[in-house]
Amino acid sequence: VCTSRFWFNYRHVANTLSVYRSVKRLGIPDSHIVLMLADDMACNPRNPKPATVFSHKNMELNVYGDDVEVDYRSYEVTVENFLRVLTGRIPPSTPRSKRLLSDDRSNILIYMTGHGGNGFLKFQDSEEITNVELADAFEQMWQKRRYNELLFIIDTCQGASMYERFYSPNIMALASSQVGEDSLSHQPDLAIGVHLMDRYTFYVLEFLEEIHPASQTNMNDLFQVCPKSLCVSTPGHRTDLFRRDPQKVLITDFFGSVRKVEITTETLSLDRGVAAFESK
Amino acid sequence: GPGRAGAGQERRDALREELLLSPLPTGDVAATFQFRTRWDADLQRGAVSHYRLFPKALGRLVAALGVRELHLALTQGFWRTRYWGQAPLQAPAGAELWVWFQPTVTDVDKAWKELSNILSGIFCASLNFIDSTNTVIPTASFKPLGLANGTDHHLLRYAVLPREVVCTENLTPWKKLLPCGSKAGLAVLLKAERLFHSSYHSQAVHIRPVCRDASCLAVSWELRQTLTVVFDFFSSGQGKKDWSLFKMFSRTLTDICPLASQSKVYVDISPKNKEKELLEVSPTPTSVHEAIVQGDKKTYAVYDLLSPSLFNTSRSLNVQLKWKRPQDSSEMPIPTLHAQRYVGGYGLQTGEICTLIYNTHPYRAFPVILLETVPWYLRLYVHTLTIITKGKENKPSYIHYQPAQDRRRPHLLEMLIQLPANSVTKITIQFERALLKWTEYPPDPNHGFYVGSSVLSALVPSVTAMKDMDVEQSPLFTSLFPSSDGSSYFVRLYTEPLLVNLPTPDFSMPYNVICLTCTVVAVCYGSFYNLLTRTFHVEEPSRGGLAKRLANVIRKFRGVPPL
Repeated sequence: VCTSRFWFNYRHVANTLSVYRSVKRLGIPDSHIVLMLADDMACNPRNPKPATVFSHKNMELNVYGDDVEVDYRSYEVTVENFLRVLTGRIPPSTPRSKRLLSDDRSNILIYMTGHGGNGFLKFQDSEEITNVELADAFEQMWQKRRYNELLFIIDTCQGASMYERFYSPNIMALASSQVGEDSLSHQPDLAIGVHLMDRYTFYVLEFLEEIHPASQTNMNDLFQVCPKSLCVSTPGHRTDLFRRDPQKVLITDFFGSVRKVEITTETLSLDRGVAAFESK
Repeated sequence: GPGRAGAGQERRDALREELLLSPLPTGDVAATFQFRTRWDADLQRGAVSHYRLFPKALGRLVAALGVRELHLALTQGFWRTRYWGQAPLQAPAGAELWVWFQPTVTDVDKAWKELSNILSGIFCASLNFIDSTNTVIPTASFKPLGLANGTDHHLLRYAVLPREVVCTENLTPWKKLLPCGSKAGLAVLLKAERLFHSSYHSQAVHIRPVCRDASCLAVSWELRQTLTVVFDFFSSGQGKKDWSLFKMFSRTLTDICPLASQSKVYVDISPKNKEKELLEVSPTPTSVHEAIVQGDKKTYAVYDLLSPSLFNTSRSLNVQLKWKRPQDSSEMPIPTLHAQRYVGGYGLQTGEICTLIYNTHPYRAFPVILLETVPWYLRLYVHTLTIITKGKENKPSYIHYQPAQDRRRPHLLEMLIQLPANSVTKITIQFERALLKWTEYPPDPNHGFYVGSSVLSALVPSVTAMKDMDVEQSPLFTSLFPSSDGSSYFVRLYTEPLLVNLPTPDFSMPYNVICLTCTVVAVCYGSFYNLLTRTFHVEEPSRGGLAKRLANVIRKFRGVPPL
């Protein structure tokens, strides 16, 4: 979810698209991803290179790519729509691509970025979501059995305040900075004229580029991703609500879609009814 | 029928694809792609279970919601008719959706709402913002383009979202609807990074029923996907005037789509002003086709990708266009009908919408239908509507006006105006800006509010008479609009969208007011309260601790005053 509007918040869209790209690369299809971008940077008239969003000033990685599906764009990214997607209380005419169709065996990854403060995250310069509302939304999801395990990552100023109030089980949270600290952006690009990415997500992206679907890296490695020397702010994490040991949780449990395949050598005989249908 | 279907009674759907490259008078190039899938099946009866070339997402939409015709266009930029000539198919900036429903549909508004939601999911566009505040029911402008039994205009809905952005996320699902995707055939040229680096990009989907054959006893469904893009490297000073497929799309044509029964590239090499051709194309085209398009005789160089001789010399086809001599910029042809629209007035209370329509034909007059949709918060005053041609008032022969209802429906103004030969018609109407409730403002209200383009539909007299032609044999770009007779051709033009500022409150005022009021209350009332309720009384010094009392006892014995 990217919650910021206007051209100078290019880096928030680049953050979100980098995570989207990594998650798609590791196997999660578009039908399982809800991408919310509050403004359009790629085809913005101010973009000197249309249809591209870059994460690094050497312009080698176009995180926007050629195959992108944005489910909620522009004015549709509001606190109400976000909470409706999480809790499942959406109007009946909403298309499938805009719904979070999860059940009690789904692992959900939520990544949010934008401008935030102590206890709130700003949506599009006109409204905010507080940490209490977010915690209550997660509790609703837990009671409706809409998730098995949930990983919440937030990259904003004072991001750790957003996960202070969680009280539902099986939630692990990561933030890019502690209360009282600001998350800083990485580097500006002189041709495009804005900062391209935030530091925390930049190093997370570097870390994720090395993960492939069969890798065994676990959550503890993700916690070490951006030390204070690189990030200037102190990333934080919270694992007390999580039942399993973070050491044993694979990155691909949340970021990728790894299916367990069992090969069998037995022969299966199809039912007679199925065989009759096939012969028609 | 389609040429390669010799083996097929089974094959009841056919794909034709076509690319038209037309050089524009300003030195730019317009490329129009058309992909037409025609399916000889009756979608309405729901007897369809196997989809082959026709995309299932759209087929099920037609069957389930009772859609007779659907036209959706997503456009970025504006087609400059005055400088570029008439577009083969024009669309307004933003998103435009107009749909004719079947007479069997009972609740058209409900079907319309469901349709816009489903399309917003398919095309990743915010079409779910289409509701009663931006939907209108035109009575004369949008007649069905396919087969139609009756034309009860209550089955038609039209909406335009001028603020809609078009980017790769809209192009990707559009490409996925094509039978060959973007992997083979003409669609390999559709790369987002080149297509959006242009001054006009428009992609559209049109679904309509057509006659299956000349006798018209059965109905086929036709899906046309069109994409028009104008590359402006020359006029923006970034390149020379020589064009080639590689320069425009950074790709050349290598593979043909095996599912296409026809795949052609047309290049407009018509001579201007009856001179010899000054445009050269290479490699040599497979044939040359002459047709009367938009009332004028035009010559096209044709590259038939399915002919075996084309890929003999090289594996890829890179069509190149070169000008033999520099074009004289003073001989730019002016189209017969073009229009312009702007906002007049000053301040944030009132304003005026002015539309100028030009008829540059030297001796023929013709009527034009103007459709204007204005949002409810710009309150139009119809008594101020004036139409002036050549200094005299011009009364329209048909006016349909539906006033707006606050927060429920927009203004709709439809007029049939006769344009005399060689004239300029000026239409002005005044409006007042409304103050919205503070929750109704979008997150960036100082950007302004958009008014959608007006639509001009006209039958423009043609220079050369057109003959009736077989739809299957002629190129796709000539058969989009049904032509009733050869003496005129149908044109639909759009004017510029308008950007209007509404009076915007300062949204930080509630915070400011609360801070200021609380401070004033705290300082003034608090001081008064203290002054009035505080009483002063003298306080006895305390007797002290044990040591002090002992010392006082000793001092009393000594006769000295106590501490």
